[in-house]
Amino acid sequence: MRFIFKTRYHDDVRLFRHSGQWFWYSVLIGSLLLAPVMASDFYLGELALVFIWAIAGIGLMLLVGYTGLVSLGHAAFLAIGAYAHTWFITHGWPLPLALLKASLITAMFGALIGLPTMRMTGIYLAIATLAFAVIIEQVIVHWVTVTGGFRGLVVPRAEFLGLDLGGSMAFYYLCLGILIGCLLMALNLLRSPTGRAMTAVRDSEISAQSMGIQLARTKTVAFAISAGFTGLAGGLLAHKLGYLAPDAFSLLLSIQLLLMVVVGGLGSMHGVIFGAIFLGLLPQGIAMMRDVLPPAIAQVPGLEPGIFGAILILFLIFEPLGIHGRWLKIRRYFEMFPLYRKATYKRQKQFLRTERMR
Amino acid sequence: MEVLQLLVSGISQGCVYGLIALGFVLIYKATEMVNFAQGDLMMMGAFIAYSYVNLMGMPFLVGFLGTIVSMAVVGALLERVIVRPMIGEPPFAVLMITIGLGFVLRAIAGAVWGAEPKTISSPFAGDVLRFNGVTLGYENLAIIAGTILLCLALFGFFQFTRLGLAMQAASQNQLAAYYCGIPVKRIYAFVWALSAAIAATTGILVAPITLIDPMMGFVGVKAFAAAIVGGFGSLQGAMAGGLLIGIVEQFAGRYLPTGFADTSAYALLLLMLLVRPEGLFATIQRKKV
Repeated sequence: MRFIFKTRYHDDVRLFRHSGQWFWYSVLIGSLLLAPVMASDFYLGELALVFIWAIAGIGLMLLVGYTGLVSLGHAAFLAIGAYAHTWFITHGWPLPLALLKASLITAMFGALIGLPTMRMTGIYLAIATLAFAVIIEQVIVHWVTVTGGFRGLVVPRAEFLGLDLGGSMAFYYLCLGILIGCLLMALNLLRSPTGRAMTAVRDSEISAQSMGIQLARTKTVAFAISAGFTGLAGGLLAHKLGYLAPDAFSLLLSIQLLLMVVVGGLGSMHGVIFGAIFLGLLPQGIAMMRDVLPPAIAQVPGLEPGIFGAILILFLIFEPLGIHGRWLKIRRYFEMFPLYRKATYKRQKQFLRTERMR
Repeated sequence: MEVLQLLVSGISQGCVYGLIALGFVLIYKATEMVNFAQGDLMMMGAFIAYSYVNLMGMPFLVGFLGTIVSMAVVGALLERVIVRPMIGEPPFAVLMITIGLGFVLRAIAGAVWGAEPKTISSPFAGDVLRFNGVTLGYENLAIIAGTILLCLALFGFFQFTRLGLAMQAASQNQLAAYYCGIPVKRIYAFVWALSAAIAATTGILVAPITLIDPMMGFVGVKAFAAAIVGGFGSLQGAMAGGLLIGIVEQFAGRYLPTGFADTSAYALLLLMLLVRPEGLFATIQRKKV
């Protein structure tokens, strides 16, 4: 077990707590950089998709896990990012600028949706974002001149300064680079006053307010930042899919994104990565299961969402802290061995906190 | 005349939204949990009725009652297995768990009954009623009549029976109700059973109009909008919100370009949340210090 002796206040907000973290993260990044040498094109593509989910997950985690606002409409932000990016690319903007502008536009939409949220909490907010997502989906279907409607829209190959980024290895490095950048940005945001304010709002709005935090501004900023990250992921997703159609951005996608952050573990950036890996592996796992199962079960329509739902239920009942929480427990067990107490992470049952009187 | 016709069809559609919204509101009022799977419970009810009436050949009325009883049992079971462990967890977690439940129910329905749309042989189907140039199908009439009857029954239940009063008490203050000797946990199970029974009734009433398939529960999302427009946590608000959304949708479909019919419910919802977030019939109050 490692004891961290803090001698300066700065130690509380350091990105890397101790040398061990430096070592292990360097090993991780090194192996990810070397992965294209070993892995085949298929796995590189899957990994790139995992990175894209992770970028979107960072956005959603900042909102759900750190600010405590639930959004059932993040697929809409992905869609806005994807379509805006494609529009800019086809109108001759270079890739980084197009991505940036798509992200900024999505952030603007996020702020727009975030503005009225100062009056809403919990369920109302979730439903407002859901309504927003449905409206965006309809707009995509009917605004044919920009989005191509149901016919869809072909995304040009990713390229920058004459360099082709559409190949699986180049795209892998592109996504990896952007993911690491986004992670560093998010982590730095979380130790800045804005991020601290977000966490304070999550833990108690009343106490945050009495500390002088402007609730409305913090929530709006959180929404904008979250949408910005998700829009960035949307731009990359557009290249990954190669073809945009409105039915790719349905309610199911919003729920998959939420599933990702819940299963990964709310309130930690590790959780985002775990969740993204989980979300990336799940379709493969289900496809493999299909081969094994008897056809009567394997051919069930809606089997995939059904399994998603079942996993969500099991996690929420048995492991509300997600995969990251489970990992913490396992690590703790070995650190404390043989003194680990089962009750260390026992859930505190509490009385219902009514939302009716606020 | 056209306006009247649209109004009538809007009311009949609105009754459907209102009935599903009623189920949402019942559970929310009593347990402060949001059951996102309400639309899927309705779908299950319709499928069970289909099995009883069409596959087993029961008379319609017997099948109807059987469905209500079966769904009440299903509702109570769901409460016991899935919802009760979540008491005291943040509302967001409960919302997520019911979303997951909706997906599971849809997969189960797909596995048992298949994805092809089914019809129920209902005595209401077929004929239309005409007066003054307004036509109204018997099945729509059945929905309106069923809604009125159900609302009256619910009103009586909540006002005059011990169980109904206990439910009201539990919904107003859990802890106080518990101190008064009301078995709050059992009341929760009853509330879920009641809500599932209402969902089953809705399913049977809707079945002649929209075919039964595993995806029919998506109408629940619109009903949810109805519940919020009406002010979450108020039974008459749920009905009013449902009717409002049903009528607005019909008029939007007739007088506005395509695409507006599907989004009008949500646009109305967003507007409502902006202007009057507590809904038509407010139950949320700000605590005065």
